[in-house]
Amino acid sequence: MAESHAHDAHAHDHHEEGWFKKYFWSTDHKMIAKQYLLTGMLLGAVGAYFAYVFRMQLAFPNKPVPGYGLVTGADYNALITNHGAVMIFWVAMPVLIAAFGNFLIPLMIGCDDMVFPRLNRLSYQIFLVSAIVLGASFLVEGGAFGGAWTAYPPLSAKAEYNLTPLGPSLWLIAVALEFVAFLLGGINFVTTAMNSRAPGMKAFDIPMAVWMIVIASILFMASVGPLIAGAFMLLFDQLLGTGFFDPDRGGDPVLWQHLFWFFGHPEVYVVLLPALGFVAEIITTFSRKKLFAYKTVLYTTIGTGVLSFFVWAHHQFIAGIDPRMANVFTVTTVLISIPIAEMCFVYIATLYGGSIRFAVPMLWALAFIAEFLVGGVTGIYLGASGADIYFHDTYFVVAHFHYTFFPIAIIGTFSGVTYWYPKMFGRHMNELWNKVHFWITIVGFNGIFIPLFMLGASGDHRRIFDYSNFPELATPELQQLRVFATVSLLVMLAIQPVFLINFFYSMFKGKKAEANPWNANTLEWQCPSPPPHGNFAVLPEVYRGPYEFSAPDRADDFWPQNSPT
Amino acid sequence: MLEHYMIQGSSYASHIDGLVWVVLLITTFWFLLAEGMFFYLLWRYREQPGKKALYINDDLEHAIKYKWVEIPHRLILICDVAVILGAVSVWSEVKLSMPVTDETVRITAQQWAWTFRHAGADGELDTADDIVTVDDLHVQLGKTYKFELAAKDVLHSFSVPVFRLKQDAIPGRVISGWFKPTQAGEFDVQCAEICGIGHGIMPARLYVETPEAHAEWIAHPTHYLAYKNK
Repeated sequence: MAESHAHDAHAHDHHEEGWFKKYFWSTDHKMIAKQYLLTGMLLGAVGAYFAYVFRMQLAFPNKPVPGYGLVTGADYNALITNHGAVMIFWVAMPVLIAAFGNFLIPLMIGCDDMVFPRLNRLSYQIFLVSAIVLGASFLVEGGAFGGAWTAYPPLSAKAEYNLTPLGPSLWLIAVALEFVAFLLGGINFVTTAMNSRAPGMKAFDIPMAVWMIVIASILFMASVGPLIAGAFMLLFDQLLGTGFFDPDRGGDPVLWQHLFWFFGHPEVYVVLLPALGFVAEIITTFSRKKLFAYKTVLYTTIGTGVLSFFVWAHHQFIAGIDPRMANVFTVTTVLISIPIAEMCFVYIATLYGGSIRFAVPMLWALAFIAEFLVGGVTGIYLGASGADIYFHDTYFVVAHFHYTFFPIAIIGTFSGVTYWYPKMFGRHMNELWNKVHFWITIVGFNGIFIPLFMLGASGDHRRIFDYSNFPELATPELQQLRVFATVSLLVMLAIQPVFLINFFYSMFKGKKAEANPWNANTLEWQCPSPPPHGNFAVLPEVYRGPYEFSAPDRADDFWPQNSPT
Repeated sequence: MLEHYMIQGSSYASHIDGLVWVVLLITTFWFLLAEGMFFYLLWRYREQPGKKALYINDDLEHAIKYKWVEIPHRLILICDVAVILGAVSVWSEVKLSMPVTDETVRITAQQWAWTFRHAGADGELDTADDIVTVDDLHVQLGKTYKFELAAKDVLHSFSVPVFRLKQDAIPGRVISGWFKPTQAGEFDVQCAEICGIGHGIMPARLYVETPEAHAEWIAHPTHYLAYKNK
């Protein structure tokens, strides 16, 4: 199928494509990847703006926020709800899985395009519609949904409780559409990686980034079903008056929590794995080392993925589930530390004996490891059920999952973008400005979330727009921490335009990139930068694994996968 | 660690804080080890002119893997068992067991207020001398209380940081638990589950009183909500 499409694609190249067809109606996996990337970046700016507004409210309560105005309780709830939803469903997912999955899978496995290019186009279009529906939810009567991104009923189910008659339904429809988009994408990724690999590429010759995106897609497809069912049940409760989650009519609100978190926890690994894949590609290239224990990485990934289906109720320890169940979920949750820690050790061990060059993508990849470790160890406090009684729904939780999601969605994305930018656009970004951007972003990030650990330990509960009603929390010391976090956020946001200008300027004016600027081994570096429609002039054959760096008896310290000798 | 941030106000607060100490020690050890090794390797194996990276063949990898993966794997398993045992024992004490209690207090959450039904002078609920208050919970130091938690509309969460106690309230159910105050004073009660636009204005006050002060309050309840018993 891929081959027959290749003929189509080449036939198309001969006559000039219109602007619309090239940029909006393309079936080229690289163009779809860029559509996802730019849409994700745009929505990332929206999510960051939400964070700016509610962090300003927390630091300087009830003062008009520049660029927004006065934040009411209803505004605040809508902002935090949609900050979470946007950052996970409309930033992390489209950028990490869809953008990089689309761009990398065909190039890394050495084929000309996805197996289902039109499905791929449809996937992006549905995704775009989902983003528009989400945007529309801000414009309807009553305003956007404000019941937290977890959308627990009965609050999310009844307008008399949430006071937003239309927002929750539009929000749910947007989320359900987004899932459809990623189901289509996932089908494509898995099928392409299974069927279209270059001749000679055996299972253990597949670059880790491809493995990770494929495993993430499988986890997504396996976990999202119950939530789609749940979303429709909730939608029926809202619009048709059913009572799936309504205790007055025999329904059960906690059922939603199970359906949500059965998806919600694997979802963490769905976005984590692609980022781990990028990091594997980058640390091997810039330390000139083989990935240490390739198979261990692969097996621990699969192990983590399987285990992630058995931990969901750790989000619900105190939610009214049978308390005996908490013991089971504490065991599975704490055990997940083993594969994750192993993966961290293996990555760190890869650096051993290397020749490490601190290029910008490497800085981001290393920052991922250093920061993700914080997110990893702080998870143990929450997985230990007894301690979670105190920490549940405090800022400690907020700080913990931002120490996982920020490395994943932001640091992981920056590592991937800076590493593959020359391949995507055929030019280099400015290295100096990228380094400035890197350091200020990393310092700012830690400045935001370290105070939140302390606030959480002090009892600050989440989703409160004004702490003045709580004497224990309305102290000057705690307010200083809140201000510190907000100022750090302002610093971090202020440096992002530097990256954006660099990103767009370099697209047209950056230094031209060669095919293989980092001297890497994987197949995407063996075709021109940027790759033309159809990718490879001659489809490559594979002779070895992806990380054969610094092999003895070779003049070069790299050994491309497709090089016969 | 938590005791530096928040007073220990109940019989099990110190046990939860002890568990946090166990987790803190274990995670700090692994965190410092991993970060220390990480930054050491970055410095030790930085790019140097004329120095080629090490090529790890399968035999070498196998040997190193034992040291880098399998030994840590086992050690982490041991640490996990310690964390799990601590977590389960504290959890069982707070959430699974129900000690002999002296009195019961009924807590009802709604958008956006707490109603507390105290037993009054006779120590029995659902009698004529019950004291019903809104947003004020009065308990006696050293007595063991059972609570019965319900919600009228949406999910709420009864959270008392000084007690280290948190429990979601679910409409249609009554969830029981217990606490034993060990520290007199006036403390925050929070709603810790988002419950609508008034979630941030749903505080209550907890008054832990000495037996004399508590008896005085029962005799002359301030903040008393006029309530006709059925």
